[in-house]
Amino acid sequence: MVVISALFIQAFQMALVVLLAPLLTGFIRLIKARLLRRRGPSMIQPYRDILRLLRKEVVLAENASWLFRVTPYLIFAVTWVAAAITPTFATGLIFSWTADLIAIIALLGSARFFLALAGMDVGTSFGGIGSSREAMIATLAEPSMLLIIFTLALIAGSTQLSTIATFMTSPQVGLRVSLAIALIALVMVAIAENARIPVDNPATHLELTMVHEAMVLEYSGRHLAMIELAASLKLLLYMSLIACMFVPWKLAVEGEGLVAYLVGIFAYLAKLAIGGALLALFETATAKMRVFRVPEFLGAALMLGLLATLLRFVSRSL
Amino acid sequence: MNGPVFDIAHMLAGGLVLVSMMMLYQDRLYALLNVFALHSLILTLSVAWQAFVHDAPHLYVTAAIALVFKAMVIPVVLHRMIRQLGIHREIETVVGIGPTMLAGIGLVALATVVMLRVTPGADPLAREDLAFALSVLLLGLLIMVTRRNAVSQVVGFMSLENGLVLAATGAKGMPLVVEISVAFSILIAFIVIGVFLFRIRERFDTVDVRALDDFKGRRRT
Repeated sequence: MVVISALFIQAFQMALVVLLAPLLTGFIRLIKARLLRRRGPSMIQPYRDILRLLRKEVVLAENASWLFRVTPYLIFAVTWVAAAITPTFATGLIFSWTADLIAIIALLGSARFFLALAGMDVGTSFGGIGSSREAMIATLAEPSMLLIIFTLALIAGSTQLSTIATFMTSPQVGLRVSLAIALIALVMVAIAENARIPVDNPATHLELTMVHEAMVLEYSGRHLAMIELAASLKLLLYMSLIACMFVPWKLAVEGEGLVAYLVGIFAYLAKLAIGGALLALFETATAKMRVFRVPEFLGAALMLGLLATLLRFVSRSL
Repeated sequence: MNGPVFDIAHMLAGGLVLVSMMMLYQDRLYALLNVFALHSLILTLSVAWQAFVHDAPHLYVTAAIALVFKAMVIPVVLHRMIRQLGIHREIETVVGIGPTMLAGIGLVALATVVMLRVTPGADPLAREDLAFALSVLLLGLLIMVTRRNAVSQVVGFMSLENGLVLAATGAKGMPLVVEISVAFSILIAFIVIGVFLFRIRERFDTVDVRALDDFKGRRRT
């Protein structure tokens, strides 16, 4: 009975992340449009886009290999698995003990690897440009992400997300400067990984700047729908990561009643709304940076991660 | 010494190190000055917190001096100076920002390792403040070394002095006389540097210190 309810909660979490991801994207677009004094499309527009793409015919390039066709499903599946083991509204979900933070990074890394391969598969120059830029971003974003994880793991004593979230709610954490620095670095990495504005702008097709969009330029139909959904899911995943590691309030604990879970879900929705609004505000306030400044931006994130780990040792040795 | 008292002191002192790293990252003069003002503001908060914790009212004077002079007067004067000099907004660095930041991380690591080894018996708050203060000091020196523009070297010098004040207040506060004399010596140094800046500019039409090297080289040959 316990196992069944645990499985049910896990299934609910998996459905929730997939269903919420386009809504979050739509919400951010709406807020951005309103900040620019435009009316903007409705919040459910991403769902409509995905449905429309699913109905459309797939147009494949003549020299596209099997890899090109498999990749969208692979990326979506891998991102979904990563999102399923991130605590969103409750800790201690049944699947969350199968993988830790480092595994989530590895999952996202393999998704990126396949996307870059698919970008080069058809052999157009845009795909190649996008893949090479993506690789440049990845070489700096992943080490900084790992350093941030090391900092958190040093503080919480575990790389298990549920354990970290539980530890962060306990009063023994206190204000720690390494946590603050890790948060800043994580936000920078999340912005770069999700192709948000200072690093990349998925809304344009400008060859000077595009990274993510250049890689998926050849996709159409249901393949494109999968990739779009995976991109929204990745954004949601990063927001949940930040929420569960830095503001893990009201997360339901394993074995609590239905009320706790409902409170957890509402708290999670509120966190997503606040995170989305902040992201939209940030994106309207900043300008896109040149591609060759991105290594500096991510280098700063890497340095911050390193600094956080260092300062962690200062506060621990006292 | 646990709980929120220590945590807030830790946050403020750590924030000072973080803002020092931000100063290393800046490549625009105006942005650098704004970050320096932020640096001084955090120093003010940190000193005021120390005054509150140690119940040492004279430290409030230190905080006030830091607030008025370092967070307001000096940045404003430097802003005006940059405008009068009409210099470029970009700062030329000796090496790229990446290696500079790496060197900065190395210096922070060095400072913490040295300070935590040297002061095992001291009060944890003082120990930590000393470690952070030494990092701020070394980062200030690094800013002075890696910048070619004389104005940014001045900013590096001022941030170095912020580190000194942090160290002095961390060690159970310092006498007011010492404090005031330090503050005034800094002001005098600032005025002297300002005069020098204009002299350099008059002579070479730039505040890039490479011009000094060239000049020296020409005379030698």
